[in-house]
Amino acid sequence: MRYIFAVFALLVVLVVSVAGFRGQMSRRPPIELFPDMVRQPRVRPESYAEFFTNGFGSRLPVAGTIARDAAYQDLPLNTGRVPGTTNFVELSPVPMTAELLARGRDRFQISCLPCHGALADGKGITTKYGMTVIANLHDARIVQMGDGEIFNTITYGKNLMQGYGANIAIRDRWAIIAYVRALQLSQLGARDDVPPAQRAALR
Amino acid sequence: MSDLFPKWTNRLPLYAAVSGVLAVTSVTAAVWYYFTPKYARVGYQPLQPVTFSHATHADQLGIDCRYCHNGVEKSWFSNVPASTVCMNCHVQVLKDDPRLALVRESAQSGRPIPWVQVHKLPDYVFFNHSVHVNRGISCVACHGQVNHEDEIRHLQPLSMTFCLDCHRQPAANLRPPNQVYNLDWQPASPEKQLADGTRFMKEWKVESLENCTTCHR
Ligand code: HEC
Ligand code: HEC
Ligand code: HEC
Ligand code: HEC
Ligand code: HEC
Ligand code: HEC
Repeated sequence: MRYIFAVFALLVVLVVSVAGFRGQMSRRPPIELFPDMVRQPRVRPESYAEFFTNGFGSRLPVAGTIARDAAYQDLPLNTGRVPGTTNFVELSPVPMTAELLARGRDRFQISCLPCHGALADGKGITTKYGMTVIANLHDARIVQMGDGEIFNTITYGKNLMQGYGANIAIRDRWAIIAYVRALQLSQLGARDDVPPAQRAALR
Repeated sequence: MSDLFPKWTNRLPLYAAVSGVLAVTSVTAAVWYYFTPKYARVGYQPLQPVTFSHATHADQLGIDCRYCHNGVEKSWFSNVPASTVCMNCHVQVLKDDPRLALVRESAQSGRPIPWVQVHKLPDYVFFNHSVHVNRGISCVACHGQVNHEDEIRHLQPLSMTFCLDCHRQPAANLRPPNQVYNLDWQPASPEKQLADGTRFMKEWKVESLENCTTCHR
């Protein structure tokens, strides 16, 4: 009887030492126990696809074609410029609403905050790690700049700032501009701009 | 006769029975313990081509998940950022660091960095990120506290039970929409979570989806 228990204990130790415990760190890909239809010949986004010569599973549009939802028209909304010219528009083509501002605030905090800071004063957290020349969006030059030019900066970048055209939808870019304008106003505002009823709440 | 069959052979049936019982229970236990995604998947932590750390970027720097994973609230698929996104900062930060050599090379050549995908459902399951994050399900429910990890590790089994446990009772996991990307958020108490979750379910008309065609098509 002792032998049976000894052999059994040995086996258990063997299995556990080979297989380990649940949740243990492993560098090897998970075992697929019943691989029936687990991996099918279909393309996953952002993965390698043998079918294409360059192997990119996510395809770029064919040259000379325009996607149905692409913004190709020469409109201020899409380019930030006066149609037919290279001049930037002065005012955003998107009407200002409370929802637009709220959306702008949300998007600003995702995309711009790491560098420009919550107040858009150019003191985001990355300044502590070697990003030295981040623009302060309260500079008189940028306050006076047309909305169209800021749109262009967001889309294509400028000098050391890279473009965000690929990551931020067009309407969201205008929403961000609306919010930046609100932030600028907040820094330029005077005590008298605040409705009398709320002045007491100010320091 | 006793030479041919020594005395211990009398207990052979007992030995056989004990061995049988041990074998059956241990095999059952082993299958129960090992033949499940809780063992097969959880803990998977592949070596990535670049030593990118979520703890540095998402926690220490406080970058929102959507700065990089910007498809997560728009599509079924949560993209991994292109190397040009990394270069937004790394043109200035650590711009000659050898750890980032591959990122610079990839941004220049356009050849993507070969990140290893960690979470990967079988191809017969149709998952959707935007449905979940826009309905107040945080990343933490399925990916764990990514913002404290230096290397991504598979922390949840992502098995069918795992999905269904929540689909049967989403109220326990619905958060206020502005806390979905804040992985450190905790409800004030389980009772409050349940009350709020039930209210969100009514207000947003969240359904409890248990139909097979929800995930298998
Ligand atoms: C990765 C860091 C980073 C992020 C994120 C970032 N910026 Fe910038 N931004 C910069 C830097 C650096 C400059 C200074 C560029 C220069 O003058 O070389 C700048 C300059 C600017 C300027 C002034 C351009 C000019 O005409 O001089 C504007 C306007 C601006 N950013 C808006 C934004 C907005 C809006 C966002 C969010 C969508 C944003 N930035 C996100 C780094 C960043
Ligand atoms: C918002 C700016 C920003 C973005 C975007 C960014 N990083 Fe970083 N990264 C930093 C900062 C700041 C550090 C910390 C530098 C330090 O500790 O001195 C850092 C550090 C690193 C390090 C060094 C290891 C570590 O954790 O300290 C690596 C590797 C790295 N980043 C890779 C990447 C990759 C890959 C991407 C793109 C997916 C990326 N970074 C995107 C700002 C950024
Ligand atoms: C600076 C860019 C950046 C930010 C910010 C960021 N991530 Fe990531 N994330 C990446 C990169 C690059 C990878 C691929 C490399 C890896 O797996 O480590 C990745 C991978 C992941 C993965 C694993 C994907 C897989 O292969 O299964 C998850 C989950 C994830 N991120 C969640 C998050 C969450 C949640 C947040 C917000 C707290 C976040 N990420 C913020 C860049 C980022
Ligand atoms: C309901 C569960 C769930 C939630 C919530 C969730 N994910 Fe995922 N995530 C998954 C699953 C399942 C996969 C694997 C999908 C697949 O098979 O491609 C995945 C994959 C990923 C990937 C890898 C994609 C790839 O191909 O490399 C990233 C990155 C990611 N998730 C980021 C996030 C972020 C960021 C959030 C929060 C905003 C989030 N996820 C919320 C379940 C979830
Ligand atoms: C933490 C809770 C939670 C987890 C875990 C979870 N889900 Fe969901 N899921 C939800 C909620 C909430 C909805 C939204 C229901 C609605 O739209 O009314 C949803 C909806 C869905 C939908 C419906 C999409 C559509 O087109 O309507 C699919 C598919 C889905 N989940 C798949 C999965 C899969 C696969 C997993 C496991 C990897 C999973 N879910 C894990 C909470 C969860
Ligand atoms: C919430 C999403 C969801 C729903 C609803 C769902 N499943 Fe699944 N199912 C999954 C996931 C995820 C897996 C993959 C499990 C794994 O790989 O660990 C799966 C796997 C399976 C498998 C394969 C198991 C294997 O290991 O080979 C079968 C069979 C299956 N489901 C049947 C069903 C049936 C029948 C229903 C309806 C009663 C159903 N499923 C409803 C998510 C779902």
